[in-house]
Amino acid sequence: MFEREDLKEKARQAVDKKATYGEDINLDQFDRTFVSHKYLAEDEICALPEDEQKRLLMSGLDVTDQGRGGTYFQKDTTVIHCHSDEEGIQVMPVTEALKKHAWVKDYFWKLVPVDQDKYTASAYFELHDGYVIRALPGSRSVYPIQACLYLDKENLQQNVHNLIIAEEGAELHIITGCTTSPTMKRGIHVGISEFFIKKNAKLSFTMIHNWAEEMDVRPRSVAIVEEGGLFMNNYVCMKPVKSIQMYPTTYLSGDNATAMFYSIIVGSPGSKFDIGGRTYLKHRGCRSEIIQRAISNGGHIINRGHLIGDAPDIKAHLECKGLLLKGGIIDSIPQLEAHVEGVDMSHEAAVGKVAQEEIYYLMSRGLSEDQATSTIVRGFLNVDIKGLPPNLKTEIDRVIEASDRDSM
Amino acid sequence: MLEVQNLTVSVEGKRILENVSLSIDKGETYMLFGENGSGKTSLIMSIMGIGNYQVESGKIIYKGEDITEWPSYERAKHGIGIMFQRPPTIRGLKLKQMLEMVKRDGKDPLELAEELNFTDFLDRDINLGFSGGEIKRAEILQLMTQDPDLVLLDEPESGVDIVNMGLIGNSIRELLQKDLHRKREKSGLIITHSGYILDYVEADKGCVLVNNTIWCTGNPHEIMDGIRSHGYEECLTCQR
Repeated sequence: MFEREDLKEKARQAVDKKATYGEDINLDQFDRTFVSHKYLAEDEICALPEDEQKRLLMSGLDVTDQGRGGTYFQKDTTVIHCHSDEEGIQVMPVTEALKKHAWVKDYFWKLVPVDQDKYTASAYFELHDGYVIRALPGSRSVYPIQACLYLDKENLQQNVHNLIIAEEGAELHIITGCTTSPTMKRGIHVGISEFFIKKNAKLSFTMIHNWAEEMDVRPRSVAIVEEGGLFMNNYVCMKPVKSIQMYPTTYLSGDNATAMFYSIIVGSPGSKFDIGGRTYLKHRGCRSEIIQRAISNGGHIINRGHLIGDAPDIKAHLECKGLLLKGGIIDSIPQLEAHVEGVDMSHEAAVGKVAQEEIYYLMSRGLSEDQATSTIVRGFLNVDIKGLPPNLKTEIDRVIEASDRDSM
Repeated sequence: MLEVQNLTVSVEGKRILENVSLSIDKGETYMLFGENGSGKTSLIMSIMGIGNYQVESGKIIYKGEDITEWPSYERAKHGIGIMFQRPPTIRGLKLKQMLEMVKRDGKDPLELAEELNFTDFLDRDINLGFSGGEIKRAEILQLMTQDPDLVLLDEPESGVDIVNMGLIGNSIRELLQKDLHRKREKSGLIITHSGYILDYVEADKGCVLVNNTIWCTGNPHEIMDGIRSHGYEECLTCQR
């Protein structure tokens, strides 16, 4: 239906292609058959069991829809709720959008290479669904749109494809949570995301992962930011997971385009993270900042960052900081690549432990050793994300605070 | 208020205080002189109970209780407060959050910050990029919010310009209730290397630490004059 022969052929050739990074996963072990769920009205979402609501909230999805401009909610392979309250903001399932709107094809598989690896190929051949969130030219989302990709069926491979489009001059805020049901243990999530930030548009995209201990996760994302556009990408994962490997790429393809990445990761024992970020600064005045905070409680975290300066007058900074709390491994790999004169690029990387003198200092103010340690850790995670609407900042802080209580 | 009895302390196996004794009554301010490396900071760190200061022998009695084995946070909760000379930076922890954590009943941190002309710093990470004077004001603000009964000050004048010194000196006077002539409840132990703090805060007693132990006790102004005239070597001959 929406297949193109060239894409199909490329995908076919990549079905066994291993990813460049991260451990290889045998996809044959997972079930990809469709799982049917009933579509829920707004009041029915509010009636979900309390433990499910709690997990959803931990991932940023508020079932009451308060302070949200719209909701996309997919359970396993099926969309169970989708609506937008914001004028000029469209929210729809990608499969439905491909059938109804010819323009969607102009964005579908335009940035992420379908033959990148076996995961992109699998998402091409066995797509379940995903969302299209589009802000029309000049529109502005007052409240963030929330999206949730929820897994409930044991051993499922969930394949989703998302398109996020901020048209010229638009402002769009999205908070997206990926989580599993309280009982689910094992599965894999493959998520293709393509971001289009057009001239002078602004997009903030906050992704919160709250997986199960036996989950593998393989997101594949590419963004393009046009002249004067701003892309803010925040990522929070503080709960145990078997493995996550992702290496989102952003192309700043117009003068004065900006991309900011903030990530907060807590690696629990047994968890493997290979998290990267790459930005091409291709025009004058482009700016990019990658700020990473990683804590290992016994997990293995690889933090990659790669900034490529292709034009004069660009400014790029990469900050990779890691804290080893209870063992584990943190491997920071910052990379700066300049191709022309007149670039301003820097990086700062540090891995350490909680400083004893800071603990002593706080204890002398009346905090017990445990309180002092968790205060320092919370401070370490407190990344100042600039330019977010206050309610979204509060939301991120709430999730970090709640996760922090459980993780430390 | 405080009685230090024959205190011997080591850090990582190295002895840094030897048989130190001193006594501070309620409402009294005690000035501790000594050259660099004499053990002044070690003494107040030991009184505060900072973790790596190991008491080998002797006792610390505070308000009649033996607190020698208490962890520092228990001492803080019972009314001992400290101003560090070089406090660490804590990234991500805002000064405002710290004040909320340490405040004692009845003290409004925002009012105190206004008093110290320090409200612009409330949303900043503690000590991150602060100048010498700003660090001292941040420390004083925390102490005023804590409202301790025994105040330990480690060189409050170091790294502070003359304008800030007036502000800090007045705040210390307030902390130690210096404007009350009777019924003063607060006590202080102040370390000074230069003695400038005496221009702002009157002290009742003074002593000199030399080679990790107390050598000379007496009137703080006389001690300071002696040090200025003859240096710390003179203290070794003093039998007061």
